[in-house]
Amino acid sequence: MNMRKILKGMYALWYREFRVFLREKSRVISSVFLPLFWYFIFGGGVGSIAAVRGNYRHFIFPGFLVMTIIFSGLFNGAYIVWDKKVDFLKEVLIAPLSRTVIFVGKVIGGMTDSLLQSYILLAIGIVLGIPFTFTSVLLTAFILFVFAIGVVSLGLTIGSFMESPEGYGLISSFVIYPLFLLSGALYPLDNLPHWMRILTHIDPATYAVDGLRNVIIGESSMSFLSNLGVITGFDLVLIFIGTWAFNKMKL
Amino acid sequence: MDTVKTTNLTKKYGELTAADSINLSIARGEIFGLLGPNGAGKTTILMMLSTLLKPTSGSAIVNGFDIVEQPTQVRGSIGMVFQDPSSDAVLTGYENLKLHALLYNVPMGIIDRKISEVLELVDLEKRKDDVVRTYSGGMRRRMEIARGLLHQPEIFFLDEPTLGLDPQTRGRIWEYIKHLAEKNSMTIIVTTHYMEEAENLCGRIAIIDHGKIVALDSPEKLKRELGGDVVSLKGRNLKLEQLGRLPFVKKIEKTDDTVRLSVENSGENLQELLQAAGAVEFVEVHSPDLNDVFLHYTGREIRDEEGDETEFVRTYTSALSKK
Repeated sequence: MNMRKILKGMYALWYREFRVFLREKSRVISSVFLPLFWYFIFGGGVGSIAAVRGNYRHFIFPGFLVMTIIFSGLFNGAYIVWDKKVDFLKEVLIAPLSRTVIFVGKVIGGMTDSLLQSYILLAIGIVLGIPFTFTSVLLTAFILFVFAIGVVSLGLTIGSFMESPEGYGLISSFVIYPLFLLSGALYPLDNLPHWMRILTHIDPATYAVDGLRNVIIGESSMSFLSNLGVITGFDLVLIFIGTWAFNKMKL
Repeated sequence: MDTVKTTNLTKKYGELTAADSINLSIARGEIFGLLGPNGAGKTTILMMLSTLLKPTSGSAIVNGFDIVEQPTQVRGSIGMVFQDPSSDAVLTGYENLKLHALLYNVPMGIIDRKISEVLELVDLEKRKDDVVRTYSGGMRRRMEIARGLLHQPEIFFLDEPTLGLDPQTRGRIWEYIKHLAEKNSMTIIVTTHYMEEAENLCGRIAIIDHGKIVALDSPEKLKRELGGDVVSLKGRNLKLEQLGRLPFVKKIEKTDDTVRLSVENSGENLQELLQAAGAVEFVEVHSPDLNDVFLHYTGREIRDEEGDETEFVRTYTSALSKK
């Protein structure tokens, strides 16, 4: 298979995601506003009692960038279960491209979608007075990019295993919320009970949040490089599993 | 050389054999029909030929490529219209076609021209910038037919191309399909459970029942083979034995309350036949159609299954739940 054909195939899948993204404004609005509600209401309420060094809202803002990626990335990836339902997936899989190419194209499409949403939130954060510098904005964008690869791959993997969209809602209870709530997005990792400490360290989102906090407010419990290393490892594992799942996927 | 050739192509799901030792040889430019009731295995055969399903055993060559060994090459040379809608309803017609052109590596410079060409063919240019969600069922099907043609496939598969469409749209789609086969010598394989469709469209048909080919020939020959006319009789205590003794009665089939006879020269012999039959309440004479052919080979009427109410409800609810 030649390179042009592969790139065009990936572009095709990206093209679809992007057109849908531009058209489905409600999805974008909800995924940007949900973290803002958390930021203002939860941040305001808990901020009044929380014992965190500095501003609690500044402390939790990185968590909401990650939240946007988790919510939109996972739902976007798992959306292929709806494509299965309407046979759109058959139209894609019958194209003369390997499943691996289709998987990568879908990852890029899903990433564009969730990154655009988190970057909108990032821009809002700058307006809201989160203490960003030019370098920290770039590093934030970079960490979100690296994290999104794994998250979208995870969503696609889950979607490829699901046979009908009935279970779609379960993803939010059993994947999205645990990933978010255990990530340390809302609380510091330092004084946790032992069992929770273990769980938070299993959650890949923890490393994204910690890395972002390091970059944005200069506070973290792990080094930047070890955070980046774990997220990259998470990406590699999920790309591997996702490619395998796509090649196995039955219609 | 045959464009499609299958050798004992078989698909099993556990105990169920969805396609049972299918042997087909289809030549270039042919319009070939797979006729049978829902669940007969027609779609399974198409899915295997288009490499979306792996056969349990047997093999098939499509356009010179092996469906198991060279799936990507097979997929590059075929076009497919699926039974259920397979376009993205949020995208416009144009965007769906563009997506397809990219997936099939249509050269960038000619994508827009190709899209206009196929849209003209199915008469949808005016709606190309509307979101597919706003299309009627017939329009969406036409758009998907146009899409399948966009990359100029050698072989075009259509799975129940006119399912649920009104007669007018159906007639137009038949015209497109015939036009394609004639003008571009494209090989076309259609599955259908509509007799008229098989009859009007296909040069040859394979009648499929319970995963097996039970008959294969041109519709004319299949009908001619039945011989004579079909006389249907209804009545209580019809004298079947006496009927069987009449020299011009070639065959007797009894279904529920109706007796169907194959009769030579039914015009001349009808009176004698009715006298022999006893108390006849209803009589109907017609020349054999594909439905009679189907009945002859399977012992059932395809109509029953098609018009069945539960079948309708099932199709209807599955269509709804897909939304």
